[in-house]
Amino acid sequence: MIIRILGEGQFDVPDEQVAALNELDAAVESSVESGDVAAFTAALETLLEGVRASAVTHDEGTLDTSDLILPPADATLEEVRDLLSGDGLIPG
Amino acid sequence: MSLMKRISLIFRSRANTALDKAEDPRQTLDYSYQRQQDLLVKVRRGVADVATSRKRVELQVNQLEAQATKLQGQAEKAISVGREDLAREALTRKSGLAQQITDLKTQHAQLQGEEEKLTLAQQRLQAKVEAFRTRKETIKATYTAAEAQTKINEAMSGIGEEMGDVGMAIQRAEDKTAQMQARAGAIDELLASGALEDVTQPGGSDDISRELDALSSGTDVESELARLKAGSQPQAIEPAEGDILAAEPQRTTDEDTL
Repeated sequence: MIIRILGEGQFDVPDEQVAALNELDAAVESSVESGDVAAFTAALETLLEGVRASAVTHDEGTLDTSDLILPPADATLEEVRDLLSGDGLIPG
Repeated sequence: MSLMKRISLIFRSRANTALDKAEDPRQTLDYSYQRQQDLLVKVRRGVADVATSRKRVELQVNQLEAQATKLQGQAEKAISVGREDLAREALTRKSGLAQQITDLKTQHAQLQGEEEKLTLAQQRLQAKVEAFRTRKETIKATYTAAEAQTKINEAMSGIGEEMGDVGMAIQRAEDKTAQMQARAGAIDELLASGALEDVTQPGGSDDISRELDALSSGTDVESELARLKAGSQPQAIEPAEGDILAAEPQRTTDEDTL
């Protein structure tokens, strides 16, 4: 599975890691919903670290689309809300 | 995988709506390629802008550090002439600078981080654009307009995602740099106002310097006087007015011949 971390590029993540990443993703989502900044920062970092740890960089010379896209590592809670609402995106 | 899925869907749909619609779908490839070139130019400019800000902060750190060193020297000098009050003042100012220097170094690290991220983003985009160019030529050479659509959509989605990512990275870097430039501007103003004793003017003196200079020149005069009194009493009678006047033209002539 190809996962893009915005600002870092694409990663190939083994399928057997996806379940574990799902749990980390749920933690990020609930922190976004509750508006808990500290929990959000920690959960996002754990999720991205989980992706990086289990993945290898996807070949940059391809035009493959990602299966999943994640916020940048230094994203604030507000920015993730903007991402979810479709604002704050600058598509090429 | 709800959060990741939602972001992915929204990101992709936004990237797709930005795609040009051309009569011959193969023309879309050329339009898009032009936009990719524009974005590459933009990201290169972004890297240069961040580098400029980073260098400005570097310069400020150097200026403030030079000032801190100067204050340290003043404190030592003040102690050596027994003026603890001046030494205390100098050290107090120095510790005020230390906080500014720490802040600026943090900013510097952040700018360096942004610069590295943008540089990598530029390299990734460059690789994708190159892949796109190859694909574009293949599609145009091999497929009829009708056949090409699926291939084009694939290529456009792949490049669109990268372009969206890079566009966002540029925007974020610009925002961060703008915040820091406002603060850097404030420091420049402080330096310019002399509140931080502008060290860019060599020999420019502040109140501590002036007092220390006055002290040391006072001391110098006293010691010279003492030396003159002790060593030169016999000669003090000898030189007449005429000797000094006679020496004057002599020296002028020497200078003229040089």
